[in-house]
Amino acid sequence: MDAVIAYLPAILQGTAITIAVALCSVVLAVFLGLLGAWGKIADSRTANTVTGAYTTLIRGVPDLVLMLLLFYGGQQLLNDLGFATGWWGYVEINHFTAGVFTIGFIYGAYMTETFRGAYLAIPRGQIEAGIACGMSGGIVFRRIVWPQLVRYALPGFGNNWLVLLKTTALVSVLGLHELVWESFTAGRSTRQLFTFFFVTLVIYLVLTAISDVGLRWLDRRYSAGVRRA
Amino acid sequence: MAVASRSPNGNDAALVIEDLHKSFGSLEVLKGISLEARDRDVVSILGSSGSGKSTLLRCINLLETPDSGRVYVKGELIRMRGSGRGTPVAEDARQVERIRAKLAMVFQQFNLWSHLTVLENVIEAPVHVLKVPRAEAVERADEELRRVGMHDRRDYYPAHLSGGQQQRAAIARALAMRPEVMLFDEPTSALDPELVGEVLRVMRGLAEEGRTMLVVTHEMGFAREVSDRVMFLHEGRVEEDGTPDEVFENPKSERFRQFLAGTLR
Repeated sequence: MDAVIAYLPAILQGTAITIAVALCSVVLAVFLGLLGAWGKIADSRTANTVTGAYTTLIRGVPDLVLMLLLFYGGQQLLNDLGFATGWWGYVEINHFTAGVFTIGFIYGAYMTETFRGAYLAIPRGQIEAGIACGMSGGIVFRRIVWPQLVRYALPGFGNNWLVLLKTTALVSVLGLHELVWESFTAGRSTRQLFTFFFVTLVIYLVLTAISDVGLRWLDRRYSAGVRRA
Repeated sequence: MAVASRSPNGNDAALVIEDLHKSFGSLEVLKGISLEARDRDVVSILGSSGSGKSTLLRCINLLETPDSGRVYVKGELIRMRGSGRGTPVAEDARQVERIRAKLAMVFQQFNLWSHLTVLENVIEAPVHVLKVPRAEAVERADEELRRVGMHDRRDYYPAHLSGGQQQRAAIARALAMRPEVMLFDEPTSALDPELVGEVLRVMRGLAEEGRTMLVVTHEMGFAREVSDRVMFLHEGRVEEDGTPDEVFENPKSERFRQFLAGTLR
């Protein structure tokens, strides 16, 4: 118990980093997801192909492999390129940025499918009714599509968020001092691995429980007009 | 091709359609339809399924883009231009939006916005398209909701209403735009037989007020008693066109006679 108290500040700091990585990644993932969904729905062969390749590739490869590839491989590629062209010197990708970009990039693919499905769930007639009233594309999107898109996307989004939050544990492999890295370090130096990983488990449970409350609040907020079964 | 931007004969009829053509792939759905509706006219458009009546209505407010032909609303031509791919596109999206706001449409499936209450549905387009101040839009909405007998349901969501109530709310939504012409696309076809009456009663009321209406319908009684003109479409052409008396008492086209025999059983 004393060991836990001694290491608590480090562990809480790791927790803060875990939360920060998760939040930054999810923002990027939502942005990429909306862009990807638009690309899949758009009336453009090129956009369809690019987004199709994105989701197929990302969803078919383990997260860890992509993360290692982008972090180590990406850094090497960047430096080789800088050396060859002489345009920039040695670059070191920061662990936090690398983590956020890989996780955001991976979950952007899952979000793409979530948002695409949500868009397709909006009855086409409601969009036509907006157009028929003289609404511009922007008004139709903002007033008719967006509120319903959020509602239909929320269950899938909630899933993606929980998985994403847990995936941040993988960033410890890159050496980012987040929750898992801090616990592992503390556990090894005190030889109390079970205690520290149990604490970690509880912290993850608390984070996901808070997420659940937030998701349920969002769900209620965007469920206006939905008939409860 | 030089086309006058005012309608022919210098008239500013509510709606003039000239030689409208529309194909879906190799299927030609409209083969040159012309139509004129003066102010306060109620025109019923009849026809069996696949005759092109819904497509005609959807081409008027450009939910479908006609391949050729001209549409004038209150004398103003909707300007089209050829595109690279062969099908024409609207020249000016703003003009199309402005004209659509004058052509309110009532759909077969109601198409109320399900995340908004009845009142919110009715004020949505006036506030966001016509830029009517919200308080004034609510006042206008209350008036239209009373007219269709839905005022007591103004805070309900569409999911909690019957089909007939939803359609009456949709009519109020259309009325709140103060449209020049109302387009009805089979407004009672998706309703239980028991609920058809309440919607038809509202539509009769609107006709009596002197609204300009284009009604695609299968309701022969309504077409016969309420309209000023009846058109019968068959395979993308106007087969029969005249006053209800002319058309129902003395149909000229053999196809329309068969249609009547089939429906008036």
